[in-house]
Amino acid sequence: MFAFIIRRLLQSLIVMMAVAFISFSLFNFVGDPVNNMLGQEATEEQREALRQDLGLNDPFPVQFAAFLGNAVQGDFGVSYRLSRPVSDVLATRLPATLELVFVAAVLALVIGLPLGVYTGLHRHGFGSKVLLTLSLIGISLPTFLIGIVLILIFAVWLGWLPSFGRGDTVQIGWWTTNFLTVSGWKSIIMPAVTLCLFQLTLIMRLVRAEMMEVLRTDYIKFARARGLSNRAVHFGHALKNTMVPVITITGLQIGSLIAFAIITETVFQWPGMGLLFLQAIQFADIPVMAAYLCLVAFIFVVINLMVDLLYYAVDPRLRVERSGGGH
Amino acid sequence: MTDSTNDIIVTRSLWFRFSDGTRRFFDGDVFYSFKRSPVIMVAFFVTVTYFLLAFLAPWVAPHNTYDVITLNLMDAFKPPAWEAGGDPSYPLGTDDQGRDVLSTIMFGARVSLTVGFLSVLLAMVMGIVLGMVAGYVGGKTDAIIMRIADVQLSFPAILIVLLIDGFTRSVLPRGAHEDLALVVLVLSIGFANWVQFARTVRGSCLVEKNKEYVQAARVIGLHPALIMLRHVLPNVMSPVLVIATISLAIAILTEATLSFLGVGVPPTQPSLGTLIRIGNDFLFSGEWWMTIFPGAALVILVLAVNLLGDWLRDALNPKLR
Amino acid sequence: MANQSPNKPLLEVKNLRIEFPTRRGTLTAVDDISFDIMPGEVLGVVGESGAGKSLTGAAVIGLLEPPGRIAAGTISLDGRRIDNLPYEEMRKIRGRKIGAIFQDPLTSLNPLYSVGRQLVETIQTHTDMTDSQARRRAIELLSDVGIPAPERRVEQYPHQFSGGMRQRVVIALALCAEPDLIIADEPTTALDVSIQAQIIALIKRLCRDNGTAVMLVTHDMGVIAETADRVAVMYAGRIAEIGPVRDVIKQAKHPYTHGLMGSIPTIGHDIEKLTQIDGSMPRLTDIPAGCAFNPRCPRAFDKCYVDRPERIAVEKTEVACWLYEKEAVHG
Repeated sequence: MFAFIIRRLLQSLIVMMAVAFISFSLFNFVGDPVNNMLGQEATEEQREALRQDLGLNDPFPVQFAAFLGNAVQGDFGVSYRLSRPVSDVLATRLPATLELVFVAAVLALVIGLPLGVYTGLHRHGFGSKVLLTLSLIGISLPTFLIGIVLILIFAVWLGWLPSFGRGDTVQIGWWTTNFLTVSGWKSIIMPAVTLCLFQLTLIMRLVRAEMMEVLRTDYIKFARARGLSNRAVHFGHALKNTMVPVITITGLQIGSLIAFAIITETVFQWPGMGLLFLQAIQFADIPVMAAYLCLVAFIFVVINLMVDLLYYAVDPRLRVERSGGGH
Repeated sequence: MTDSTNDIIVTRSLWFRFSDGTRRFFDGDVFYSFKRSPVIMVAFFVTVTYFLLAFLAPWVAPHNTYDVITLNLMDAFKPPAWEAGGDPSYPLGTDDQGRDVLSTIMFGARVSLTVGFLSVLLAMVMGIVLGMVAGYVGGKTDAIIMRIADVQLSFPAILIVLLIDGFTRSVLPRGAHEDLALVVLVLSIGFANWVQFARTVRGSCLVEKNKEYVQAARVIGLHPALIMLRHVLPNVMSPVLVIATISLAIAILTEATLSFLGVGVPPTQPSLGTLIRIGNDFLFSGEWWMTIFPGAALVILVLAVNLLGDWLRDALNPKLR
Repeated sequence: MANQSPNKPLLEVKNLRIEFPTRRGTLTAVDDISFDIMPGEVLGVVGESGAGKSLTGAAVIGLLEPPGRIAAGTISLDGRRIDNLPYEEMRKIRGRKIGAIFQDPLTSLNPLYSVGRQLVETIQTHTDMTDSQARRRAIELLSDVGIPAPERRVEQYPHQFSGGMRQRVVIALALCAEPDLIIADEPTTALDVSIQAQIIALIKRLCRDNGTAVMLVTHDMGVIAETADRVAVMYAGRIAEIGPVRDVIKQAKHPYTHGLMGSIPTIGHDIEKLTQIDGSMPRLTDIPAGCAFNPRCPRAFDKCYVDRPERIAVEKTEVACWLYEKEAVHG
């Protein structure tokens, strides 16, 4: 098990290095940071001084090492657009995105999983057919359009929910949270529903497909032949075997949620990292783009590690044998 | 026998295999389930109609929305024809610049479908080529290609597209980016979606590689890669078509999303996503038709394509029926 | 198990027909078959793949997979009809009255649960044992089926067992509630030849000790010869011949059985050549009129192509072949 985790950590490290390298390349080869920071009017001496200051005259590996060193400490330089340290900007935006993604992920799992199990078990039932059709519509609805329609109905026509922003937040240390005020909860409902809908349908369809696959296996047939109750067969045996692929996909989907948060945050003007990233793209704000990329990659890597560990807990075949059995 | 007659014989028999594969593809099973499902027939009809309308938009659209001279700001913000203040010559109303919404939808669908279709084509060609190389060459090449594929697959496509778009935006001068926006879109969406194709083709390649006819072809001096191409292609046609159909839906959605975010097609050539973005600015002032109609058009198109993809997957995979 | 009179059959299958509706018409996979199994008896069911033998087993235990369904006939256990029971009723019979052993021990066990857990869960489904009682019983069962160090093995997962050991676990699972009948569907096919004999001997011993009847489905005539009391030979969804194993092997009546016997190598008859039946079993879509075996039968005559033969008692066996009607009439 230890070797397995070490190997996974090494792989994660390689991925992080690759992403860091891409970010660094963005920094160095896209546009001229000196121009970006000083503007066109600066003198040649000023430029040269800044070059020296930023270490731009150093050889490539030294620069990359310096970039890595700074990145590990959370220093990604100064945003071109906002003229503030990127790390500060991200720190204020991170809680908004993470809270949104968290609520959406919980919604998607809590609703998607039972629906998937239901449609997998009663695959010829009327309810399943309705749900499947609805899920196809769900997949065909672009996230932003769901958001717009929700705003139109619940904010413009009914006036029940706020159409943009986080509402009142409470500050706990550097973290700001939505969860402690009524207006915070009201504000997060529509963005979270918008964000979760696609993942919900995905999880439902995945669980359904896996469930159908597992129900066909010999060990399910054998479990029935042993006279186990439907409950035991469906929820004891089938569901647990469905979990392995579902955990993987759900892990990947959390990454997807962070990416799709870009869209949701734009529609609802939710002050998170996604909105920041999008503005960074439109203004070619390289430091912010690079930092966002590294941060998202880091979150992905952490999630993937967690998924691996969960796997390990679910599937005994992965636990490496020491006292070999009768092979 | 000489080499060339051998070639001809082998090639001919290969061609038969290929056409046989094509025939099998449209075999009774698929056609049968098509005839049996009215929903699928409607979806097919809708998709074809979209393609036709989009293709023929310059001729069939009631107004040419690209023609600035015919635009009249006096006509702006007209509601749909059946609402109070509507104008029968603008059945679905007009937008902020007095453009006919129905016509902008037709022209918008044209842009959306073009980007979607071309990017899927790119993804398909890229995926097939890389998948075959990986499957056929094997070894390190395979490991590298598939590792890249794995890493890319673990990152959401929309993020990759945004990055590529952001990258080109930073590299290209502002004006040039406008002109190249469509190309950049096609490249980035296509690049983000090759993995599925590559995986499928690689899998099939690995299966075919060790089959006797490939070995046999080697013996009579045909280049094995050529043989593989002709054998693997018909075999992967069904899954590739399914993936292509579903990818088309995804590509159209991705394009619409990017355009909605304002990093897609330039506003001078609005796609459905751009129209929704423009309409969104007027949502609060009550001009809902500028958002809802393009939105509905987009959803119906994507839904129809998704239905086709879903149905194709089930029809070509009897195990799941 | 032993509470019924020895003369009354434990399992009665009458005129069973299993159909698969498809869009190209209904396929009849098992066509009008009847047989009995007496308490404690081992009935071998032999035939080529696709002859309908596994489907018959699945129908008996009530696990035919849709769209397959019982279209006609009855199945009775201890004189009580079980083919039309509601799902929940039938579930209580499965495992308790009728156990099952499937072909592939590698896939019959849930990989995510320990062997002990799967045993305990089955035991507790059918009895009121407490956790610790059930666990003791599980260890006992593992020891019964010849698994060494059962106290340790009970904690282990299926992937830690070899194929033969897994099949022993499967047998233990089938025997949990001491059923009266076990359906063993190709129990040794997936195993190494060296282990096959061990498993067959184990099934034989356990069933004899417990007085359990067995319906042994296999395509291996050798296994039948060694294990079964009676044998039913199936061909294209029908029973061609059924009778005591000794008679069927020594004096096969049906030309198909004859061919089957001819294809078993026997020691001591090294002069005789192995014979082979020409052709292959017809697909379910094109079973010929009359006797299903007629295209391959070396002794077929006019009537075989027109009328379907009924089963006729000849000596100790019953055989569905017109040849014997002729004999009965003329001889």
